[in-house]
Amino acid sequence: LEELKEEMSPAEAPALVYRRHLENGKLGYQRCADCSAAVFYPRVLCPVCGSGALEWRESAGRGTVYATTAVHSRNHDPRNVVLVDLDEGFRMMSRVEGVPAEEVEVGTRVRFEVRQGEEDEPVAVFVREGS
Amino acid sequence: LSARGKAAIVGTAESDLGEVGPGFTPLDLIGQATERALDDAGLEKKDVDGLFSASAYYSMATVSAGEYLGIRPRYSDATNMGGSSFVSHLLHAAAALEAGLCEVALVTYASTQRSGGGFRGLSEPPNPYETPYGPRYPVSMYALAASRHMHEFGTTRAQLAEVAVAAREWANLNPKAFLRDDLTVEDVLASRMVSSPLSILDCCLVTDGGGALLVTSAERAKDLRKPPVYLLGAGEAHWHRNISQMPDLTVTAAADSGRWAYEMAGVGPEDVDVAMLYDAFTINPILFLEDLGFCEKGEGGTFVEGGRIAPKGELAVNTNGGGLSYNHPGMYGLLLLIEAVRQLRGECGERQVEGATVALAHGNGGVFSSQVTAVLGSANVL
Repeated sequence: LEELKEEMSPAEAPALVYRRHLENGKLGYQRCADCSAAVFYPRVLCPVCGSGALEWRESAGRGTVYATTAVHSRNHDPRNVVLVDLDEGFRMMSRVEGVPAEEVEVGTRVRFEVRQGEEDEPVAVFVREGS
Repeated sequence: LSARGKAAIVGTAESDLGEVGPGFTPLDLIGQATERALDDAGLEKKDVDGLFSASAYYSMATVSAGEYLGIRPRYSDATNMGGSSFVSHLLHAAAALEAGLCEVALVTYASTQRSGGGFRGLSEPPNPYETPYGPRYPVSMYALAASRHMHEFGTTRAQLAEVAVAAREWANLNPKAFLRDDLTVEDVLASRMVSSPLSILDCCLVTDGGGALLVTSAERAKDLRKPPVYLLGAGEAHWHRNISQMPDLTVTAAADSGRWAYEMAGVGPEDVDVAMLYDAFTINPILFLEDLGFCEKGEGGTFVEGGRIAPKGELAVNTNGGGLSYNHPGMYGLLLLIEAVRQLRGECGERQVEGATVALAHGNGGVFSSQVTAVLGSANVL
């Protein structure tokens, strides 16, 4: 009966599981139990092989800047936006903090941290390795 | 199955362009363009029984256009994959004609975004994996791709600027171009930074405008007013929607769409006389020149140096002045098809590419997301 209940109860939405990880200071991602692909953003099926057997993992939070831009606006300092390749094999958008937006370079090693966003939501950001 | 040479573009027209003034709606411009395209073809509105459109304004684009125009289509396709949609509509129209689902297809689009207060963006919900970081859509996404190309291949901002300068030189030969004055590489480099490495002069215009295209069977095309321009081949592809999901920021799905278009057409890049490559930003034509086989991967920056894609250069690219200097009404794919048709008809005046018989029109949508390539030809390459 317990098993049946589990099957019947709706699974927690991928976006909410991701957010719960961040609230606990962790960077969550998924790995496909069938084809081993690292999957991000979180989903309900593997975009590589189509399997529904996605398992949540915690990233070590270490990665490399894949691409970078500094977004300029009239009334603020430029803000940095990057794509980071995590060592586990997935890519995500983020920003690198602690360095002027224009000085973030492709290839820089970075480390994950959590910040509070504008609506108090947890946001995954990066700082330079060693900083 | 091949659609090669079975469908032909028989009528084209732009609506009023640039800044049309207050009160005009996109449907008004669709009306202008449609009337002019029908006249260009020598067809009547009642002949149109297939309707193709996409819009950032009307969520049921063909339904709204059909109502305004008084067209009751028996085949209706409002596929929207961004700025490339209209090149896709051309392929879809050819398939519908071949299947006997309609006889005369109208592909139409317009926007009044300049008169209406600026770029009309997206109605999509925020993306929890991108929105919190504040990229400016869509320029920051193209900027990320440019940063990667610069890192991997040594592409420079000056090479990006060459794309804008070449576009302006073509625009200076086109009376309908929005911007017509001198532009140098130094001007582009010194212009206001928007999302590095892209400055304001690396970005396409924000204008009003639209167009219409009439497509029918090769057989019916023979009896109409203008020389038919045949669809030789086309391909459409998309691999991602969000930039963080693009597998390699230096390779677009044009590698697929282009290959399929060339295969159907039985031609290669060496046969192309005019290449219309969707230039939303200066990085775009560089990637498309590579992915469509005009040069090797990584050599796009070098390829555009020294005026090679400018008037009197080796390859005629974006001869109307492109989205960078001619017009860019939100989605531009229909306007690049119109220029390709005019080049093959020999209607381009000062900017005419002498003896052009094969033109390639490549549409881009989203953030390097959807890629659609069409190869067009005049009767003597059928």
